[in-house]
Amino acid sequence: MGQSLDLFAAVSPEGAWTVTQVTRRARAVVEAGLLPLWVRGEISGFKAWQSGHWYFALRDRGAQIRCVMFQKDNRRLPAPPQDGMQVFLFARPTVWEEKGEFRLTVVDLLSTEAGGLWQLAFEKAKAALAKDGLLDPARKRPLPPYPLRIAVVTSPDGAALQDIIAVTARRWPLAQLLVLPTRVQGEGAELEICSALALLCRLEGLDLAIIGRGGGSREDLWTFNHERVARAVAALPVPVISAVGHETDVTLCDLVADVRAPTPSAAAEAATPDRADVLAALAQLGGRLARGLAGRSGRVAERLDRTLDRLTATLERRLERHGHELSGLAGRLDALSPLKILERGYALARDEQGRVLKRVAQFPTGLRFRLRVTDGDVAARAGES
Amino acid sequence: MARTPSERLTFAQQLDRLEEIVRRLEAQELDLDEALKLFEEGIERLREARERLTAAEAQVKQVLSDKAGNLKVEDFDG
Repeated sequence: MGQSLDLFAAVSPEGAWTVTQVTRRARAVVEAGLLPLWVRGEISGFKAWQSGHWYFALRDRGAQIRCVMFQKDNRRLPAPPQDGMQVFLFARPTVWEEKGEFRLTVVDLLSTEAGGLWQLAFEKAKAALAKDGLLDPARKRPLPPYPLRIAVVTSPDGAALQDIIAVTARRWPLAQLLVLPTRVQGEGAELEICSALALLCRLEGLDLAIIGRGGGSREDLWTFNHERVARAVAALPVPVISAVGHETDVTLCDLVADVRAPTPSAAAEAATPDRADVLAALAQLGGRLARGLAGRSGRVAERLDRTLDRLTATLERRLERHGHELSGLAGRLDALSPLKILERGYALARDEQGRVLKRVAQFPTGLRFRLRVTDGDVAARAGES
Repeated sequence: MARTPSERLTFAQQLDRLEEIVRRLEAQELDLDEALKLFEEGIERLREARERLTAAEAQVKQVLSDKAGNLKVEDFDG
């Protein structure tokens, strides 16, 4: 360090310091004299390099300072700042030796504007999603009424999962829950969620997906505002319910999902019918089934009755006609009866054995025979002719 | 997995079929023979659906992928 160099010797050309010695010394002085501190000002000339490091100037009316925010620090932020933005920086003043430049190494950056960087990042991603039509209400799919396989993308140890399991078991135990465990907050959580969603896409026979977590701070919920997560959710092959437990803050994940639920429990309720309701509906269907058949057989009975009536009527008519015919026949038979002839004054002669005597030769003198007249028999004897 | 896809589909389909049966019976356009057949089928489906509803017990599984990227579905005990 320059400490070993003689400051007084440097007042003559013979004792000259090297550039490196001077900048190194300046750096030591600056770092010793200015401990890490908050600075406020306006962002200017912002540039994000391929390496992920950010370079910009912070300025006010009178001055400006070159700033760097390394990737390891800026990756915690939702979005890069924009030129003209008023910010607070927490930074370590230093001297960048290679360029002999006084500089702030930024550790944290807060926007003073409403919502700040978070809002900015949110709006930017939202606009990108909207541009691709992913926020179109016409994309929203209806939920299947009787889901049997439901995928759940959430933390395996969160209360959210326990709530979803409890509600589903109570309302709709027919469903099988397939948990795709993932971290839901912290660095890299968005990548884990995307992997879980990719795994979900490979499951067969899924009816529905729930993605979510319980409530948390805005930073905690931020994972669900990553454009990447939102796009993966929008691309799911089955309807999806998003429940990123926060009543007030809507996440991008909520916006692209088919249904948004305020809490994980509410998501499980939206996903499932209530078994009791379905049983009641079944009972009602059973009633309609029975009435349907009763109506049906009622009508058949009616038709049978009508047929029977018609049959009876036909039979009766026939019988009647036959009746007429019979009485005519009887009349004719009656007319042919020999008794009728006797009525007219004829008599019938028969011998003792009952044989009818029709010829003179059958009446020898003295023959006893009988005469049948209309009201009875008379004894007779043949005399001399 | 306990349920095959074809079995899985049947609850919604069962209900659909049941509703269709009831509608047809209510339309009263069938002869008695057909009506009786439908009624019997309806009763059977009703019984099955009720049985599924009352017998079911929720299953929770977790889905992971192994190093080779294969899906692993195992019981979840969380």
